[in-house]
Amino acid sequence: MSGTHTQLIDGLNALTAGLVLLSAFGMVTTRQVQGVIRFLVVQSLFVAASAFLIGFDRRSTDLVELGVIMIASKVITIPWVLRRMLPGEVYERREINQAVNIPSSLLLALLLAIAAEFLVGPLVATTSDPVIHVNLPIGMAGLLIGGYTLIARREAIPQLIGLLAMENGAFFAGISIAPDLPLIAELAIAIDVILIAVVVGLLTRNITETIGTSEAAAMSELREEPHSWR
Amino acid sequence: MLRTVVYNLVQLLFILGFAPLYSGVLSRFKENVQSRRGPSILQPYRDLWKLFHKDEVISSQTTWIFRFTPYLVFVVPLFVASLIPVLTDYPLAFAFMGDMLAAGFFLGLGGFFAALAAVDTGNPYGPMGASRTRMVGFLAEPVFMIVFFTVSFVAQSTIPYIVQQQWVASPAAFFSPAHILLLIAFFMLILAEGGKIPVDNPTGHFELAMIDESKGLEYSGRGAALMKWGGQMKFLVLTCVFLNVLLAPWGLAKDLFVNHLLLAIPLTLLKILLFTVILVVIETSLAKLRLFRISEFLGAAFIISVAAMIASIFSTPGV
Repeated sequence: MSGTHTQLIDGLNALTAGLVLLSAFGMVTTRQVQGVIRFLVVQSLFVAASAFLIGFDRRSTDLVELGVIMIASKVITIPWVLRRMLPGEVYERREINQAVNIPSSLLLALLLAIAAEFLVGPLVATTSDPVIHVNLPIGMAGLLIGGYTLIARREAIPQLIGLLAMENGAFFAGISIAPDLPLIAELAIAIDVILIAVVVGLLTRNITETIGTSEAAAMSELREEPHSWR
Repeated sequence: MLRTVVYNLVQLLFILGFAPLYSGVLSRFKENVQSRRGPSILQPYRDLWKLFHKDEVISSQTTWIFRFTPYLVFVVPLFVASLIPVLTDYPLAFAFMGDMLAAGFFLGLGGFFAALAAVDTGNPYGPMGASRTRMVGFLAEPVFMIVFFTVSFVAQSTIPYIVQQQWVASPAAFFSPAHILLLIAFFMLILAEGGKIPVDNPTGHFELAMIDESKGLEYSGRGAALMKWGGQMKFLVLTCVFLNVLLAPWGLAKDLFVNHLLLAIPLTLLKILLFTVILVVIETSLAKLRLFRISEFLGAAFIISVAAMIASIFSTPGV
């Protein structure tokens, strides 16, 4: 009985893994700030779902609590904080100026996903646990794609989202290999992440108010008149 | 043996008979969701009836391609329908005649001749639309291929019936990350191939913006009816591949009894109805993409399908 039970949970966990990877690709493709944030929320939901499933399967209350923290911080607090802090103009702007255009970005994201599979291949080969087989490569891919978003985007908020996506990927890989992660560490990270969101949000708001753009590239040099910014 | 041949013909009749209904239900639903009354769901049948009883006008400047194409466009989906599981769970008489690649190539053949015929007329809008369908076509081709390769990795076969058995047999494969990625990629592909909204506007009658519609501009009478019916059947066939082979391989006839086959007809129609709801949500909530954004849309589908292949090679549990 418990055999088929576990199989179903493993199956559902694999489903969340696919959706996590899909939303990572979504973050790379989306042009609008709002859309990027939405994909982050979706991804965090699936990561939390995976934590619940693994926690249920391994009878670990820690993982369930981690999932709750995940939802509280990334699904509820951070989008709310950003919504409150950012001027609507930043929030709804389209055509984020990217260093690399979107088709090439997608190809690079794909290469990163392949690289992630190769990187964790030797680690995964040492175990036959299906959860690790699914979570570790896809968490790694999520981490690398998040890092790529951080580099390729030029606006402050999508860069922040890239950072948060990296954290999501690390979390997704982590719950499969370290089910007994001390709660206090994860709680500290969650609060840390919210603080980062607050700081970046505030900073972006002030910068946008003074110079009228939130593009990180435009802030690399000092000028006298604020009007000459690109 | 004889029975499987008959059942295969029943599948063909199913595709032949319900394709106009499918398109009628789709357009009716869409109009209703957009709070308009919409045409009757039987309207496509009436259109076909009307067109079959009208005179056909063929320009004297056209070649045999123009006259031959409607028949080809009409026959190709039927040929594909004999290869795929529309109503039954077990391979029928013609199932091993060709695999999913053959099905893809046959649909491609129909598209190729439709594009040639559009160029053949000399109508300025025909070639423009034809080149656009080719653009969508060649961007969709790699996605098709990768989807089939992924499927064959998982199922060890490209015969649609065997692939479908594989999804039913193992829940591990059904829930694998590869499967969900594959579904999304194939769904985007169906939208592109069927000329649905993020890629093409099926109800648009503005020639400059047409993609799929422009192929049939010069046809009248019987030719127009065959082109129209063929297009509807192609979309139904693609939907059947998506639903019965990849997404929800349940509710099909399990053995040779006639009543099981008859029961499978309403169940399959129910699945298609649910799928229609999803299509309507997409058609009403999204806007048509700009022409050069289509490459991004299909590029994303390609990336997703390759990710599915990678995931199926590496992270299959228990390997």
